[in-house]
Amino acid sequence: MKKIFNQISRYWFMFQELVHRDFTERYKRSVLGMAWSILSPLLTLLVMRIIFTQFFAKDIPHYTIYLFSGNIIMSYYRESTKQGMRALTSNAKIFTKINVPKYLFLLSKNVSALVNFGLTLIVYFFFCIVDGVHFTPKMLLLVFPIVCLLLMNIGIGSILSAVYVFFEDAQYLYDIVLTLLTYMSAIFYSIDKFPHSFQRLFLLNPVYVYIKYFRTIVIYGIVPSPAYHLLCLFYPALFLAIGIHIYKKYNHEFLYYL
Amino acid sequence: MSVIECEHVSIRYITGDFKSIGLKEWVVRHLTHNFHVKEFWADKDVTFKLEKGDMLGIIGSNGAGKSTLLKAVTGIMVPTTGKITVNGSIAALLELGSGFDGNMTVKENTYLRGALLGYTRKFLDEKYDEIIRFAELEEFQDYMFKQLSSGMKSRLAFSIACLVNPDILILDEVLSVGDGAFRKKSGEKMQEILQSGVTAILVSHVMPQVRELCNKILWLDHGKQILFSDDVQTVCDAYEEFLAEKNKKPPRTKEAVLEMAAKWEQKEREKAQKKLKEKAIGKEY
Repeated sequence: MKKIFNQISRYWFMFQELVHRDFTERYKRSVLGMAWSILSPLLTLLVMRIIFTQFFAKDIPHYTIYLFSGNIIMSYYRESTKQGMRALTSNAKIFTKINVPKYLFLLSKNVSALVNFGLTLIVYFFFCIVDGVHFTPKMLLLVFPIVCLLLMNIGIGSILSAVYVFFEDAQYLYDIVLTLLTYMSAIFYSIDKFPHSFQRLFLLNPVYVYIKYFRTIVIYGIVPSPAYHLLCLFYPALFLAIGIHIYKKYNHEFLYYL
Repeated sequence: MSVIECEHVSIRYITGDFKSIGLKEWVVRHLTHNFHVKEFWADKDVTFKLEKGDMLGIIGSNGAGKSTLLKAVTGIMVPTTGKITVNGSIAALLELGSGFDGNMTVKENTYLRGALLGYTRKFLDEKYDEIIRFAELEEFQDYMFKQLSSGMKSRLAFSIACLVNPDILILDEVLSVGDGAFRKKSGEKMQEILQSGVTAILVSHVMPQVRELCNKILWLDHGKQILFSDDVQTVCDAYEEFLAEKNKKPPRTKEAVLEMAAKWEQKEREKAQKKLKEKAIGKEY
């Protein structure tokens, strides 16, 4: 029992130090670094708002929030999985010399992406006030899609980081996937114009599932159905299962490729 | 109960086309049947056993599989066949300099490395000053790690790694760090640790060191185990004879080892006699 406790506290300290390192690396010790992580989605939002308002705003209420919901979730997903992808390769020098659990590197990368997302979320709620969105206790439910998204990002990150160890060009291929995914996530348009059966296909895109959850709660004030909650849980479970399986299977084989 | 037990351990490495060719190339090569993977045995059928307080020296020329074996003992790799049983906590000092982060300060790097080596925060808080003092980096604590000279880097690495109180210590050629003064200091520190009763494995090319420190010895050649023995001096003699020989054929049997050792001893004796003679002649004049 004591042994297990010791193990956990050891890994916890390791984890803290790794998170600290990833933060320093990311923000380069500057306030501007942190400000940039808020500024960047704001600029994207601004451009999209100016350009797409002409085409879509009249059909969608609270179009700014509509855009913003899509934007921050997509950019969190992008950020987190791209960082996660490098978790193994960028730490190869450490785990080929010292016996440490490899998933810690991935978790640490995910923490820094999550904090970044938290920052943009603050701005998001500020915009909700400005845009006159009605605040309800239902908004507390937003924790659910965020936790699901976090878990899914860890799952996808573990798969990607393993693939990246085996195939160096995976990052370019994944960039393409990300671009496609962005267009398929209905960030600036509404899917209402599509036939009903076609609309369901959008649910195959996990990022869209979480974007839609956000919009349903924040803009329409409606709690999604239990089935929808199950769908939200399905994706993280699926990707985590695959990721854990890969990490277990290849734990000692990554070494040959690095 | 033995502290480390290696039973018929073999470790296979794979190399070849799969390394960094990328997904597209991988697909193309599979389609054209041009995909080749070679495998080789870094270690083949290695068996040894260490009791508490033993100090094992592993010798062998480059590519003998020494580092791979150490990686298996520390658990970074798993043996392809065979079994390694380890009882106790391991501290491994393998290639010290790498794995630091250039953009972090010396202090941050110390904590990061300490954490990765399995120390607790409390332990590091207590020992931090001692580490920095030992590494002689008091004035550089807030420098970026990349600003340090390579000597400073390895000094820091050594100091952090040396503060452990492990049950098992693994040293991969780390006894030669830094400049003359620091080397002396680090050598003394190592001695101190070794005398505290740890079980240790030492990989070294410096034969006097092995002779002095070790009470057991393992000789590897191209992954094959030539010999595991507690007669350190004899095996060292044979190994030095092997290194001095031109055709470099490792001995296959115990008798061959003894023969080589005898040969080396003979040479040493002749050398000593020659020196004595020269001395005597010198006196005559």
